[in-house]
Amino acid sequence: MRNIHVQDIINAVEGLCIEACTTLPADWWKATEEAISREESPLGKDILRLLQENASLAASTGEAICQDTGMAVVFVELGQDVHIEGGSLYEAINEGVRRGYTKGYLRKSVVNDPLIRRNTGDNTPAIIHVELVPGSGLRITVAPKGGGSENCSALKMLRPADGREGVIRYVLEVVEAAGANPCPPITVGVGLGGNFEMAALLAKKALLRPLGKRHPEAHIAELEREILERINHTGIGPQGLGGRITALDVHVETYPTHITSLPVAVNIQCHATRHAEALL
Amino acid sequence: MTVIRLTTPLSLEVIQKLEAGEQVTLSGIIFTARDAAHKKLVETYRAGGKLPVDLEGQIIYYVGPCPPKPGKVIGSAGPTTSGRMDPYTPLLIRQLGLKGMIGKGNRSPEVVEAIKEKGAVYFLALGGAGALLAQRIKKAEIVAYEELGPEAIYRLEVEDFPLIVGIDSRGQNAYLMGKARYSK
Repeated sequence: MRNIHVQDIINAVEGLCIEACTTLPADWWKATEEAISREESPLGKDILRLLQENASLAASTGEAICQDTGMAVVFVELGQDVHIEGGSLYEAINEGVRRGYTKGYLRKSVVNDPLIRRNTGDNTPAIIHVELVPGSGLRITVAPKGGGSENCSALKMLRPADGREGVIRYVLEVVEAAGANPCPPITVGVGLGGNFEMAALLAKKALLRPLGKRHPEAHIAELEREILERINHTGIGPQGLGGRITALDVHVETYPTHITSLPVAVNIQCHATRHAEALL
Repeated sequence: MTVIRLTTPLSLEVIQKLEAGEQVTLSGIIFTARDAAHKKLVETYRAGGKLPVDLEGQIIYYVGPCPPKPGKVIGSAGPTTSGRMDPYTPLLIRQLGLKGMIGKGNRSPEVVEAIKEKGAVYFLALGGAGALLAQRIKKAEIVAYEELGPEAIYRLEVEDFPLIVGIDSRGQNAYLMGKARYSK
């Protein structure tokens, strides 16, 4: 058994919120560099370069990449041999978010109730997913998610007969309907299988995978390639103003499902694939 | 591409020359307002109350900025999705004299009709480039609805603010034109 104090969790989450909102990871730079070389639209190329300029400015000044610093989505992989001391894991994460969003001058975008809609003032509560894993480690990933792209996401319970082509058609339908709203070039997270709530979680998790990395199973990797190609044939382009690069990548995550079901969830990520992780 | 330099307030003659897809820079005064502020403005107008800001001839930027760091004018300040303002915009254009909007994403047919009818214009700012755009904002002061936090109405002074004409005064749409050119 290993003890981890909540203070260490608070400190880690605070730092991760600021890091994720101001610094884009290396895979993003590589993906946008490739996108610039492949983009055919001159305006599209200009836009991609400006997004890089924005990211480098944010990293050097500590200013947020985007003013929508999102709702903080926090993934925790908790080793089953860890004992958390000094308080509650969930409260510690929220305290870390509270401090990070205040100290980092990040926008507080959370309202207290979906209908009353009073700002909570500190960007809490976070959306927290805890997974119990073997071992004595604690991995925390903070993935701020803005409203513009999140609002374009959707889920549908397809029929098994709709099959692979049905899945592709549905993803394209969601991307087409989103158009310019989610700030393309987007990354598309697809959750395939499981059930209603599992598909949505898979789609969100799919966004954490590094850009350019394919699914380990060949038929899913092939599905990712095909969806990506078809999305990039829509012509939506950077910022929706026309071009070859509508998506930087498509990641599909799967789970076994029921004989009657084919759930598919599509979670759209804006051009800024923000996430940062720490291992305690 | 040539970039057209514009200064606020925009006259009808200047607006009528703008074409969808053109790159422009804007200098001068603009106002911010988003979801909750739009709702309050429209409710106040319908109830016959006095509006906290005169929008005649003005431009609204759909933005909810990050709080400014010490010594800075404003935090990260890119556009938010304009479509959420669509239910309010025709009234703002027709009854309150709004001449321009800055945001991202497409607009409803009702908004396009109001734009054409009154000779207004819809500009696009670069979505997700809040750090870059904040640098072009030289002054920011809250003029109404401070209690709304990031949704309060600010008066901004901008310099060479980079924009693209999204929907021009004849209703031409830069998104539709761009997509048609590159779809396979």
